Amino acid sequence: MKQQNKLNRPRREFLGRSVLAGLSLSIPDIGVAFPQTDARFVFIILRGALDGLAAVAPYGDGNYQRVRGALALQQPGLSGGALKLDGMFALNPALQSMHALFQVNQLLVLHAIASPYRDRSHFDGQDLLENGTTTPHGSLDGWLNRALLSMPASKQQKTEQMAMAFAQNLPLVLRGDVKVGSWAPSRLPETDDDTMQRIVALYGSDEYFLSRLQTAMATDAIAGDQGKRMSANMSTQRNNSLASVASAAAKLLQQHDGPRVAVMESTGWDTHANQGAEQGQLFLKLAELDRAMEGLKEGLGSVWGNTVVMVATEFGRTVAINGSRGTDHGTAACAFLAGGAVNGGRVIADWPGLAAHNLYQGRDLQPTLDLRSVFKGVLATHMGVNESVLETNIFVDSRAAQPMMNLTRSV
Amino acid sequence: MVDNLSAVIAANRFGLGARPSELAGINRDARGWLKSQLYGARVPSPLISQLASSSQIYQTQVAALKARVQASQSLPSAAIQAGANQSTTRNPILENFMAQVGARYQLAISTQESFRERLIHFWTNHFAVSMDKNAVGAMAATLENEAIRPNLHRRFFDMLLAAESHPAMIVYLDNQLSIGPHSPMAQVATRRSNVLRKLDINENLGREILELHTLGVGGGYTQSDVTQFAAALTGWSIGDEQRPFAIADRLKTEQDVASGAFTFRDAVHEPGPQTILGKYYPEAGMDQAKAVLKDLSVHPATAKFIATKLARHFIADEPPASAVVRIAKAFLDSEGDLPTVHAAIVDCDEAWRSTSAKFKTPHELIVSAYRAIDYLPDRPQLLLQPLVALGQSPYSPGSPAGWEDLAGRWDGSDALMKRIEWAGQFAQRVSAHTSPLLSAQQSLGDALGEHTLMALMNAADRIQGTILWLVSPEFQRR
Repeated sequence: MKQQNKLNRPRREFLGRSVLAGLSLSIPDIGVAFPQTDARFVFIILRGALDGLAAVAPYGDGNYQRVRGALALQQPGLSGGALKLDGMFALNPALQSMHALFQVNQLLVLHAIASPYRDRSHFDGQDLLENGTTTPHGSLDGWLNRALLSMPASKQQKTEQMAMAFAQNLPLVLRGDVKVGSWAPSRLPETDDDTMQRIVALYGSDEYFLSRLQTAMATDAIAGDQGKRMSANMSTQRNNSLASVASAAAKLLQQHDGPRVAVMESTGWDTHANQGAEQGQLFLKLAELDRAMEGLKEGLGSVWGNTVVMVATEFGRTVAINGSRGTDHGTAACAFLAGGAVNGGRVIADWPGLAAHNLYQGRDLQPTLDLRSVFKGVLATHMGVNESVLETNIFVDSRAAQPMMNLTRSV
Repeated sequence: MVDNLSAVIAANRFGLGARPSELAGINRDARGWLKSQLYGARVPSPLISQLASSSQIYQTQVAALKARVQASQSLPSAAIQAGANQSTTRNPILENFMAQVGARYQLAISTQESFRERLIHFWTNHFAVSMDKNAVGAMAATLENEAIRPNLHRRFFDMLLAAESHPAMIVYLDNQLSIGPHSPMAQVATRRSNVLRKLDINENLGREILELHTLGVGGGYTQSDVTQFAAALTGWSIGDEQRPFAIADRLKTEQDVASGAFTFRDAVHEPGPQTILGKYYPEAGMDQAKAVLKDLSVHPATAKFIATKLARHFIADEPPASAVVRIAKAFLDSEGDLPTVHAAIVDCDEAWRSTSAKFKTPHELIVSAYRAIDYLPDRPQLLLQPLVALGQSPYSPGSPAGWEDLAGRWDGSDALMKRIEWAGQFAQRVSAHTSPLLSAQQSLGDALGEHTLMALMNAADRIQGTILWLVSPEFQRR
């Protein structure tokens, strides 16, 4: 049953010289043909639908103050006001560290952006964001797992050590044929070696359990003492917030044999009521995202220079406020790329406007940019994934969403 | 299938896990044992009836939150996290939460009717509310006891109505904040110069009823159906002396209602007819949305959606189409009579083919472990702490979709490592009560494989043997 839903995926041998030669024509010559294999890619999924207009305010749009009412942010320059990006856009004041990154050209903001999903179910929207097809449940595995097969392998690293989910379980985007480990801080006591050996033997006749156990043990080996120390520290912090998970993740990612691809997730973005503006519920969530970004930058050290962190959500929220000072499920939102390898300091948006006639179905921010163009661009230019594979196997039916090739810079 | 394996499936996949003498008791009539649990009401267990009601919890929480907001910034969720480690200072939210956790799991561990109890857990998860929304808090725990338990032997409509009008659901999906733009309250408000915002509907509850509780996401409804249903639902609210209801209450349209109890507020209800799924619903106050629920409760898309979820829970992650068809037909033919629907699952031959069709969730794993050794932990913290550590904190699915019922959600490599660590901790704590080989035989019956049996017989000690039993592929699945 699972088989029929799986996408055909390339085998390494398909990526031979002839295929590459045929494709070089379609890749603009911007010096990305042989990216460094130790590039890092971190994908942060904000589950629950981020309000893009609250995170990145289009304060220069003449309709902004009117349509947003009580949720409109103070103009840049005012005390507690939004943080200016350019003459049109400004960041939510919670995003201080990300604003600092913007100023050194390490943050790229994308707006009026959406996946191909056009309904308003969180669960289908997240499924499609992660499965990489154009329909919910269109694939049982995730686009980032499929992409792993097409990333040039780093020296001394097996494919199954290339990626890691910083969660107990794998998010859909990392599920698939390539074995991927997961890691989350533990408060439970460790198991002694003799018992572990016996469990390995117990699972000897069961591939399902054995393969997972081996992955977990390999991950623990990478995490090593560092991981254990982090666990101990985190149990005193009492939370698994995105910020503390990001700091822990950075310590693994910065190791030379650590994972190159990481996925983290954050919930609680579904702000139907009392969303808040310069303070309140959403402000606190954004501040946590900002701390996570700061933690990644600090923890990655020199590796930050060759890192791209992408932040995306399943869809945006209504332009108008609802009856309870919140917003309902919408369509386009914003997304972020951050890191030393990002060609940042700019906002990419084909701004559709906020006047009633500009809105999608009369209520939502109109999408003018496809998230897949960003995913594909980053995979192609930063992670060295071949463009033809991107269209046939990783994001099927995505010809309309051409990869954006100017999002990152070669390091 | 051999009789003993049928008993294993009945006790472990349909039920919450075999207790020491259960497999022998079920013996030859597994289907009869299951069906006997389905019909009629039950006298509420004293464990449950002594708990505080949703309304009582709401009142306590409002008072505590007020005090807390003044005192500090810390949130109830942080308090609960802390409670997972050790008991802290007096906190009424935490106390109610702990009492609910203790009662729920004591009942799950000790009940003789564990198919019935599993069904109750299933429906609670279907109508999921999550306490990580601060305004819900420990009230999340009461929906199971107040809306699900009393309706398990009735029609789906009865349970649907009870769940959608439950205070925890109303608050979780913001319906007390949804206000008809032409309602009396909105009219008054717009005349007042100091009201800055336009009062309007909040479509959260309407959408999730259609998407998650009845038709399912492909069930054929449109954005207009969502909006009009949400308008019909305006007024489904809770008693509360706080703003913004002060204005509504001054309009004098309702009786005194206990704070935190369900009430219908005429003053915020959007007047006029609504059209939903092509059907015209005239203005009828609260009965307008009730009539919509009635139609949704027997809609073919609802039957198919519910049947698929039940088959996924009781048969396999990818349930056979034949079983889904059978359960959906029972649903439609009986107009959603729940015992008839539940019996139809038992009658699916597809359910009786494997003793390891489903990967246990952390909740299922922990409950089945305690059931197998017939041991009740003396403090709820002992249950809470591993549930949090394994990623399934009680009453906190974090989304109205509830906990995912697929192995892929639970079988990550790190999750397996944490299960092994949990088994070590569990074995240490209960070693005085276990005999690993006997527990394995009593809980797994003929499903216990030769390879695992050998590992258990060669275990170095009782604790190690208990760990191997708990982490064995046989015990990790049902």
